[in-house]
Amino acid sequence: MRRDSRLRLVLATAAALALAPALVVLVLVVGRGAPALWQLAAATGGLGLPKELAAAAAGTLWLVAGTAAAVLPLGVATAIHLSEYAPNRAGAAVRRSLELLAGVPSVVYGLFGMAVFVVWCGLGVSALAGSLTLALCSLPVVVRACEEALQRVPATYREASLALGVGRGQTVRRVILPTALPGILTAALLALGRAAGETAPILFTAAVFYTARPPASPLDPVMALPYHLYVSSSELVGSDPRQQWAAALLLLLLGFVPALPSLWRGPGRGGR
Amino acid sequence: MAGAVRLAAASVVGALGLLTLFLLREGAAVWVQVGPGHFLLGQEWAPLAAPPRLGIRPLLLGSALVGALAAVVAVGLGLLAAIYLAEEAPPRLAGLAAPLIALLAATPSVVMGFLGLQVVAPLVQRLGGAPTGQSALAAAVVVGVMALPTVVALGQDALRAVPMSLREASLALGADRLHTLTRAVLPAAAPGLAAAAVLGLGRVVGETMVVLMLAGNAPQAPASPLDPVATLPAVIAAEMGETVRGSTHQAALFAMGLVLLAVTWALYTVAGWLGLGGGGQGRP
Repeated sequence: MRRDSRLRLVLATAAALALAPALVVLVLVVGRGAPALWQLAAATGGLGLPKELAAAAAGTLWLVAGTAAAVLPLGVATAIHLSEYAPNRAGAAVRRSLELLAGVPSVVYGLFGMAVFVVWCGLGVSALAGSLTLALCSLPVVVRACEEALQRVPATYREASLALGVGRGQTVRRVILPTALPGILTAALLALGRAAGETAPILFTAAVFYTARPPASPLDPVMALPYHLYVSSSELVGSDPRQQWAAALLLLLLGFVPALPSLWRGPGRGGR
Repeated sequence: MAGAVRLAAASVVGALGLLTLFLLREGAAVWVQVGPGHFLLGQEWAPLAAPPRLGIRPLLLGSALVGALAAVVAVGLGLLAAIYLAEEAPPRLAGLAAPLIALLAATPSVVMGFLGLQVVAPLVQRLGGAPTGQSALAAAVVVGVMALPTVVALGQDALRAVPMSLREASLALGADRLHTLTRAVLPAAAPGLAAAAVLGLGRVVGETMVVLMLAGNAPQAPASPLDPVATLPAVIAAEMGETVRGSTHQAALFAMGLVLLAVTWALYTVAGWLGLGGGGQGRP
């Protein structure tokens, strides 16, 4: 029995140590970010954010909107292909490609986006180039989560629809997609929340530290929250720490809040 | 419908091909002019010297040091925590842990880098390291923490996949819990646990922002974990903005991207062999 309790102690200590960083992140970012955000908002005389922070947040929202427009149609269509038309062997090449894409480091996506979207397509350093890079970056997450959502639609729905003589395409459009829609939206939120916090893919494709006026078209470079936090905390000397904490809090919220629905949907991770 | 979705799926394969092709094309100048041997094994990374010296050995060593230290945190701590949460913890406690793990997974790497600058670097500085605390150790601790959610979540999945009957049979034969864990459950879950570890390593290798902000970016062969180092992703991120289009310096950064890609793909392939798909859970 003594061996057992010693083992349990070692394991419990490891678990506590592994969970501690999450608590540190939560306590520090909320504890210092919230007052900072409050003070900054009060200093603008109302509910607003200081100019740079507001511009960076707006830029991030533009980037994410562009990402959504690019990745959702492609990702959902690919998931439908894998789940409804090409289960098992037929989709093997696509599945293998997605696995490899999921393993590509984010900075390599940045290199690719620069070579292809910025230079080769001639988009320049722009919100559009950044959005497309982020879209590619989040594609594997979107496809995988959407495929899981489609798989959760009971097989009897498919069979009933097909047995009624409804074609494959109609079945997908009228039966499967509407049933899987909540799951697909959950997946989309999770992936877009992640995309909002990515820095490396937009370093050389979209982001600048300062623009005098808001971007007028998708072909203009944008300010973005992650890049703003990176530059102001590690490259600039003497920038306002309150702005850094506020940016960190906004980024944490952007990443975590959209991930909440997928957390509530139960242990969807891998368990089918 | 069938045609449109097939086109979308085909474009995924196309994107992967294009990615590899462009990294090869943009880095070709280095593979041809400098040569793989001098590039990979060259002792000195001084791209702005005249003539430029483009050897990435110090960067590979930096990556290896940060990776090894981070693996201790991510794999060592992560697997033990996974075992506790899946096997020993009361279900309510494991349920409380899940949102914390998800929070860590959802924290953007730039925020982790920022917190590292505020919390970890000053601690390392006090240990007597680099003047600012920016060092291999500081970066590795934070990178390891970032890879924890991958290892803990996948490790728990692997353990939960072991049939309950195996545990019951072992306990019924009179084995105590320790014996049951080490002789019955862990061997059964070993491939999955190994895959979780390898996928965690995959995250570690490609992590960019944390290393860029915390490792000190000194392209030299490190003598101790308290030295500042530079890694492949951090150098790409730090120097790409300053390169001249078409220069060998820029080509070298693309070639480094290809090396990075090869390493992560090798890790993911190993994880695949071990019986766990390298799915979309954790990308750095």
